Amino acid sequence: MRDAPAAVRSYALVGNPNVGKTALFNALTGLHQRVANYAGVTVERREGDLSGVGVPVRVVDLPGVRSLVPRSIDEGITAAALLRSGSLRAAVDGAVVILDATQLRRGLFLLSQILDTGIPCVVCVNMADEARAEGCPVDTEGLSRALGGLPVLATSALRGEGIAELAACMRAGIAGHGKSTPLAHTPGVNITTDASPARWASIRDAVDTGGFVQQEAAARWRFAESIMVHVRTATESSLRARSDRIDRWCLHPVVGPLLFLLVMGAVFQGVFVLATPAVDGIEMLFSIVGAALRSLMGAGLVLDLVVDGALAGVGAVVVFLPQILILFTCLILLEDSGYLARAAFIVDRPFAAVGLSGRSFAPLLSSFACAVPGILGLRSVDDQRERRVAMFVAPLLTCSARLPVYTLLISAFIPKTSILGFLSLQGVVLLGLYLFGVLLAFFAAGVFDRVLRRAAALPLLLELPIYRFPTTRAVALRLVQRGGAFLRRAGTMILGFSIAVWVLTTFPRPDIVASSAIEKAAALESSYAGQLGKVIEPLIQPLGFDWRIGIAIVASLAAREVFNSTMSVVYAVEESVGTLGDAKLASVLVNAHHDGGSGPVFTLATVVALLVFYAVALQCVATIAVVARESDSWRFAIGQFVAFTLLAWSAAWCARQTCLLCGIA
Amino acid sequence: MVSAFVRESPRKAVALAQLAEGIGGVLLELQGSATVALKLAEAGFVPGARVRLVRRAPLGSPLEVEIDGARFSLRAETAALVMVQIHA
Repeated sequence: MRDAPAAVRSYALVGNPNVGKTALFNALTGLHQRVANYAGVTVERREGDLSGVGVPVRVVDLPGVRSLVPRSIDEGITAAALLRSGSLRAAVDGAVVILDATQLRRGLFLLSQILDTGIPCVVCVNMADEARAEGCPVDTEGLSRALGGLPVLATSALRGEGIAELAACMRAGIAGHGKSTPLAHTPGVNITTDASPARWASIRDAVDTGGFVQQEAAARWRFAESIMVHVRTATESSLRARSDRIDRWCLHPVVGPLLFLLVMGAVFQGVFVLATPAVDGIEMLFSIVGAALRSLMGAGLVLDLVVDGALAGVGAVVVFLPQILILFTCLILLEDSGYLARAAFIVDRPFAAVGLSGRSFAPLLSSFACAVPGILGLRSVDDQRERRVAMFVAPLLTCSARLPVYTLLISAFIPKTSILGFLSLQGVVLLGLYLFGVLLAFFAAGVFDRVLRRAAALPLLLELPIYRFPTTRAVALRLVQRGGAFLRRAGTMILGFSIAVWVLTTFPRPDIVASSAIEKAAALESSYAGQLGKVIEPLIQPLGFDWRIGIAIVASLAAREVFNSTMSVVYAVEESVGTLGDAKLASVLVNAHHDGGSGPVFTLATVVALLVFYAVALQCVATIAVVARESDSWRFAIGQFVAFTLLAWSAAWCARQTCLLCGIA
Repeated sequence: MVSAFVRESPRKAVALAQLAEGIGGVLLELQGSATVALKLAEAGFVPGARVRLVRRAPLGSPLEVEIDGARFSLRAETAALVMVQIHA
């Protein structure tokens, strides 16, 4: 099925989760990587070229699996590629099966299935350095003999050991088949020789198994055991003993949860402290570049498009990067060290109450940076019902785009007093908004979980890996990959919609070119966006919002923080640089009055309503698009948007009425 | 309560979820639906495997379970389906 006889060979990397597969992929390909999607599904297809000189070889990084009976979309891709079925018939020519040297038996289970598919393969025993450190180097020769002469190599992806040998082996071509297991010829028992989708579906849904599949699993473990007797290996791991000493505290009934809260608190505090200067710097840089372009090119529509449309759009994307990258770094560090699995262990019980589990913890945590990578991360959740629930509530968690809106409104309207002598009221309000998002997400998950049809749930089975020190190289590479995914998936949507917003706010153009801030505000009022704001004004009037806020709400769909820049145009704030501009805008908002001078626009009740509205509403086209793709249902995505908009309106209305009743005006 | 039970009939099957922390045994059988059993079987929960309850999470569930040297979090409701014969 390959297009030319001289086509480049493709070899897949396959293994259990946590065997260091991605680290190996990175070590083999360096930065010669491409990411695309598999046809028809949303699973990312990570490919690279073997780095170095020689015969070109394509390396495909398949999602980690425990077995070839797929449950999640990710696992389905791996199974289909190895069984060479369907559209993935010609995806790979052979496989590098990666085993964890410290847990050989577990890898042998998967290997036995792969052997029975008949795909040519080699075995790569990774983390060989750790096995050696435990005084028990991997017996590659013994393993190879026991597997009927299948090539076996030892590597340490993190230290770069054995990579050259593996690359040479792949260049020479993977041809060995090894001996298939006795199961391969047992009709009715072997699932892997029958790759028909119907067979899979029946296995997955356990319709006709009659215990065969379980029997097969037991037989495969016996096969693994039969191989193990030929291989010298560590029985009791000293690393596990070290892990246990750490877990005595990390999973302690009292200390454990406290430590968990402390770690999460440190992560968020770190993100705030480190990201703020970088965000200010980026904002300043973009306004300087914008001003420079303006003075170089003079006035004109093209310039406006470049500066106010494209450059502002790029700025709106880049400004998120510090927060997102810092939070991602923390997440990757926690994940690679093994702590994230412990955190999932601790939160599982409370999550279970609302239909979630520890599986969703990491993706939901990254939703605090941006819901888009969070929702993408939910692919690893094998229980489809839980995945839907988590996808539904992820946008309620306070993402980095909400923060500038919160900061602006809080700094303008919440007094700088302290409560109890040491807590800043402004800080408490901000923290309260974060907690509000978390609580609302929990509540919404509980409700949505009960709305969904009850399907057979897959049991939670999360591995607790040994604690390891993350390496800089591995963290950096994964950070680049995740940051790249954000830019591709969220960035392009934000940029595109920013330009659309520019069109809405620019046309129809007034007869005279608006030059002063006042004229620009007038131009905005007569633009499509201004007209739209006035159309929706009656809808948002009960919340205390006027048409100006209406414009900002509509424009916020590009990214919530566009609220700020839109407000500065609506309220004719003279352009200035960075944080200075925010301070200016804050003071203008404080003094803003309704048309006709009937009192201030931003009463405290209105501000509270606005904050609540922004905490709830799903104003983000990037999220809507990603939910539609990941859930494979526009109905779900639109339904979520409508539900959250209604909920936001109601919550804001309640908040406003409560304020008014309490006499806060 | 568990230890008393064990003293009376040491060869009887006990659900993994009922074990005290640190106690292990040999897996006898998996109960429950085939979907659940298959997922467990693939992770190594097959008859004859050595299994041990390492600890419970602060709120009683999930459980940390050791199976053939690997560790997994397993909810109490799932561990109730794993029948174990305790080491004598």
